Parts: sequence; structure tokens; C-alpha cells
Amino acid sequence: MAGIQSRRRLIAAGIACALSAGLVACSSETTGVGKDGVVTITVNGMPPKTQPVDHKYFVEDIKAFEKAHPKIRIDAREGQMDPKTFSAKLAGGQLEDVYYVYFTDPSGLIQRGQGADISKYVKDMPYYDQIKKDYLKVFTGPDGGLYGLPNGQYSLGLVYNRALFKKAGLDPDKPPTTWDEVRAAAKKISALGDGTVGYADYSKNNQGGWHYTAWVYSMGGDIAVKEQGRWKAAFNSDAGRKALQMLHDMRWTDNTMGTRQLLQIEDVQKMMGAGKLGMYMAGPDNIPTIVKQFEREYEDYGVAGMPNDNATLGGGSGFMFNPKASPEKIKAGIEWLQWKYLNPDRTEFEDKRASSNDVPIGLPLDRLLTGGAAAKQDAAHRTYANVPQGNYKPFIERNAQLEQKVEPPNAQQIYTVLDGLMQAVLTKKDANIDQLLADAAKKVDGILATVK
Amino acid sequence: MAAPTLARAPQRTAKPQKHSVDHPSRLRRRIRENLTAYAFLGAGLICFALFSWYPIVRGILLGFQQVTFARPSTWVGWENYQRLFDDPLFATAWKNTGYFTLLALVFGFVAPFATAVVLNEFRHARSYLRMTVYLPVMLPPIVTMLLWRWFYDPGPGLFNNVLEMFHLPAQQWLESENLAMVSLVLVSTWANMGTTTLIYLAALGSIPGELYEAAELDGASIRQRLWHVTIPQTRFILMITLLLQIIGTMQVFVEPYVLTGGGPNDATVTVLLLLYRYAFVYNDFGMASAMSTVLFIVLGLFAAVYLRLTRSKG
Repeated sequence: MAGIQSRRRLIAAGIACALSAGLVACSSETTGVGKDGVVTITVNGMPPKTQPVDHKYFVEDIKAFEKAHPKIRIDAREGQMDPKTFSAKLAGGQLEDVYYVYFTDPSGLIQRGQGADISKYVKDMPYYDQIKKDYLKVFTGPDGGLYGLPNGQYSLGLVYNRALFKKAGLDPDKPPTTWDEVRAAAKKISALGDGTVGYADYSKNNQGGWHYTAWVYSMGGDIAVKEQGRWKAAFNSDAGRKALQMLHDMRWTDNTMGTRQLLQIEDVQKMMGAGKLGMYMAGPDNIPTIVKQFEREYEDYGVAGMPNDNATLGGGSGFMFNPKASPEKIKAGIEWLQWKYLNPDRTEFEDKRASSNDVPIGLPLDRLLTGGAAAKQDAAHRTYANVPQGNYKPFIERNAQLEQKVEPPNAQQIYTVLDGLMQAVLTKKDANIDQLLADAAKKVDGILATVK
Repeated sequence: MAAPTLARAPQRTAKPQKHSVDHPSRLRRRIRENLTAYAFLGAGLICFALFSWYPIVRGILLGFQQVTFARPSTWVGWENYQRLFDDPLFATAWKNTGYFTLLALVFGFVAPFATAVVLNEFRHARSYLRMTVYLPVMLPPIVTMLLWRWFYDPGPGLFNNVLEMFHLPAQQWLESENLAMVSLVLVSTWANMGTTTLIYLAALGSIPGELYEAAELDGASIRQRLWHVTIPQTRFILMITLLLQIIGTMQVFVEPYVLTGGGPNDATVTVLLLLYRYAFVYNDFGMASAMSTVLFIVLGLFAAVYLRLTRSKG
């Protein structure tokens, strides 16, 4: 009996130890501050090892940051925002303290309380007042609080194949500036035959909705507008109709969009990489992907501004903070983000390092910063540019004139509905555009009714 | 009338008394003797409870909650179900799933049975033919999908090239609202019919040869033998595979997810694809759980019929 009792005591003591150890672990997990006063933060966005150069730079940056900030340790993880695993990671306590998001995500994440309010910690952040206000708006909640910081931005234009332009008798230095010109150019490119497609667009996995949004913006319309404090669908309009009509005509009247539809970004990039596509709507950041994946030359590709003179869709990415992160971790995370991503003082070093390793410098990606900070970055980019900047002149010249519009609230849900519009006009010759718009607007109104 | 009652009364009271004295020790002895068995049973039960029953119960509860995982879930009553039934895609998804199931039964039920009957007639190269039929099952689903995507490609795709050879018009296999679902069913049937064919082959193999011999002596034709011997003898297996196929095909996901993304124009949005969107695109786990509960109930009905059938046969 005594033996059993002592064994029971031992088990009880073991459980008590385990519980107290767990509590201790929990308490240190809460603040993230070790006995030596060092804060350890988990961050994602580290390039995978399959991208050895980017991965190496990231690791180097961590070392340099930690050297400059001895009280902060960075525990970096690969990967970015993945809706498939996000909730499971959050529920299981595995979500990083600082996590990567696309501009489509913050509004939903903020509404669901899945991000921390960082307003009070950014006030003293260097260059904070020079971040473009529109991009901070993406991370601003309905309560006025700030829930994240941007780290990259793009705006859509037309990526085009300069070689095919030449072959079709078009001037690659003067790409189309209106949708009518796009239509005309697409006809000439398609006339080359051998499976060449003049213009291609996405219509699957929410990417169709994303591009339809850009189409509507370029036609001078909107997807959603806020009236008297309530969001409403706005694409059942002339602009929305014109966009669908143009796509329908290019697909069915001109036959310049190929026969295969329900495409997504990878399909279209593959067509472009294979030299079988003339134009598609994309940000300049698509060019390195095509060049690297399909072993092409930067000289083969140009980028033009969004057709018409209205607006273009601006998207991007940034970082948000785990709602369970302690103030110490949030402060450390902000220091990391500023140092790594919003730091004009390091731009020259980064550009020099990248250009020597064949990493593209000088692509016309939009700037997150304004004023002196932007000027400093521009100067560095000019010095170390290693891609043919002349090919991007049409984009740079026109893009500055266009209004930059961000994505609508609850974007992913809305894009699911708008996918249907793209699919309808691209797969049905007898698509009833008015009916499609009316039905889709009703559905989107339902989605927007939940936006706070 | 009272006497017999009184006479039986002591017997009734005596039995429990005996039990109360003997039962505990007997029970203890029985437990001791079967301790190992109970340990195995207990481990199994714990595993089931942890990995099967708990997620089911938790899933049902989540359907009544607003779930964010950032803060404690809040009870919202039937709100998720209300929103679910208000979503026009909910009805579309069920309609599409029903259509897929129906088509899958037409193709997927008849084709393996016919294949099994034909294979059963072969005397030579039996193993080789069986392996050939089973081969697609061994392919990873994503490989199957990518292969068929090429088959269906309206440009350089295999099917349209074959049609062209016979001077027939090219088809929009995945891009046409009318054809898309049929195309998905064909992929699914091709990928899964190997397993069902093997089950049918086993069933056919168990039919006593004397029955066929007797039928042949009576002058029965091949069609008559099939109708009067083969089908009645495999009726139970046919019924079971039919139910299992209904349960399986109602959970169709990979085909529309990879090949059409639910398009064109929502023509291939299935219940599981919509559920996936709620959970992993919109991060609305309350809605996704409500939808999975509805699916669970519907499939539960088919499972109940299946159990009933297998039990009655047993």
C-alpha cells in the first residue's frame, strides 16, 4: 500500500510540476521577454530555401538586425498568408507574432479580431509620417485603430510581349493606351496564328473577380461605394457593362482571347512564357516570375499603363500582428518591419547587393514612401538598375496620371461572385450581360451588408 | 387469482438477493480475466472519442457559434443556418451535387459492373487486365486531374484532336455550362472505377458455377444468364456499392476544385467546394460547420440505410 501511495504522490507531484512548468512557459510566452531582457518574436515572410539568393539575404538581414538591436531575437518562418492554415495556426497558438497579409485580407481580419491594434506603438517609428496614407488606410479598422503596416505595393497595367508586338507589326514602344487599342492590337497578334492569343484574362479562383474589378476601375466605375455609412454594390453601371461587353466581344466576335478559359495567373504566365500570348493585365512584378520560370529575357517584356485614363487597381501586401502578442513583441515587431521593409537608409545597400546577384532592380513598382524617403530610394534604384527600364516607360508615364484605387471590402467574397461574371462572358456566347450584372449586384449587396 | 401472485413473489425477491451477494465478485473476476481485452478496447474507444467523435460533436457546436479563434467563440443560435439557407449558392451547390451524384451513378455504377462482367469472361491475361483497370486508382488525384485537364484542353487537348480527326466539332469540355459537370463525372469515374470493378469481380467469382451450367443446359442465352443468374446473385453487393457510391460522390471536391474552380457560372460548385470556400477563403468556420452538419445529416441517412442493409444480410 505504501508503495502505491508513494507512487500516487510521485504522479501527483509530476502533474503539479508539469502544470507549473506549463504556467511558467505560458507566462514567458505572454510577454516574450526572457530573463536577459531579450524579446523573441516569430515572423513569417522568409523566402524558401528553393530561392537561395533571397533566402540568404533574409538570413543576413536577420543577423544584421539582431546585431543592431541586441534586445530583439527574430525567429523567422517561411511562408506568407495562407487562408487554408491561418485559422488553424491561430487556434493552435502557432500563428507568428508578425504575419504577412495581402491587401485583400486586413478588413476581414480586423473585423474578426484576428489582428492586434498597433496605433499607440507606431508614433515614434522612423518615416511613419512618410508612408502613403492610402496604404495605411488598408490597415485601419472601423474603430480608427491601425492594425498593420504595408511592405509592398503594385498597381495593375498591361504586361506585353515585345517580340510578338514586333512580329504583328505593332510598335513595342507605343503599347495600347485605351481598351479599343488593346482590342485592335489583340486582333493583329491573334492573326499571327499557331495558337497565339492576343489578350488573356483570369476567370477562376477569385482571380477573375479581382481582374474584373480592375476592368471596372479602368472604365471609370466602382465595385462598391459607401453611401450614408452603408456599402453598396456599384458595378451594375455603364462602366461595369462596358467592361463585360468588351471582354465578350474580344472573346466571341474577335476570337482574340483563345478558346481555353477558366484561367488563373499560372496559366496565363505560362502562355506568356511560352511566347504564345500578346498581352495580359498584371503588375510589373509578374515579369521576373516569367523570366525566371521560363528562362526568358527581360528585354522580351514590356509593361504599359492601365488602358483608358481613369484609374488602376492598386494592391499589395503588409504585415499584421497576432492578437495574442504582448506589447513588447508588438514593439519589437514594428522595429523589425521598419528596419527591413520601410527603410530608405538601407535601400542603397540592398540594391547594390541584389544587382550583383542578378536580382531585378528597377522594376516600376509603386512606392510605399513619399517625400525625402522616396527620393532617397529612387536615387538608389536608378543607380543600380539592371533591367531594361525603357521597356517600362509607358507604364511609368501613364501610371502617375491614373487614380490608384484599392480593393473593395470583403474582397475575396465579392471576387467569388465577380468570377461568375467573367466566366459567363468568356464561356457563353449568348450571355445576358444586364441580367448577369443585376444578379451579381444583388449577391454583392448581401456580402457588403455584413461590412462594419 | 391472488394465490399464484403470492406464490411467485418470494422467487422474484430471492433472485436479486442472490445476485447482490454473488454478482460483484463474479463481475470482479470477469473484469480481471478480461483485463487485457478491456485495455485494448479502452485504447480503441479513447482513439475513436478523440479523433472521430469529439471533432464531430465540436463541429456541430461550431455551427451555432461565431468562431474567430482570436477571442472566445460566441453563441449565435441558428444564425449561421439562417445565413446558409439565405445564400443562393447553397441551393445551387446541392443541386449541382445531386446532379453530379446522379451522373456518377449512371456512369460510375454501370461502367464498373459491365467491365467486371466482361473481365470475368476472360480466361487469359486476367491478372494483367485487372491490373490495367485498377491502375488509375493508384495515380495521385492531382496527377489524374492534370492529365485530364490536358485531355479536355480546347486547344491542343486530346479529346478535341480526336474529334477533329473524325471531322467533328470541337467541344468546350470544361468551359461549357452544359458539359462541365459531365466532364467532371468522366474524370471521377475513370479515376475510381478500378476499386468498384474489383469488388464486382469478387462478387461474380463467388457465384456457383453450377447455376450457369444449369442455365446453359436450359438453353439460356448470355443476356438471360446475366439477367437471371448474375444480377440476382450480385444484387446485395450492387445495392451496397450503390449506397457507398452515393455517399462518396456527394463529397466530390477535388475534381471541381482543380479543374473548374466551381465554374463556369457556378455550374460545378458542389457542397464540399462551397464548404471549403466558407472555411478557407472567407474564414467563416461557423458557416462551414453549419454546412458540414447539414451534409453530415444527409449522408447519415444514407449510412443508416447502408447499415440496415448490411445488418439484415448478416
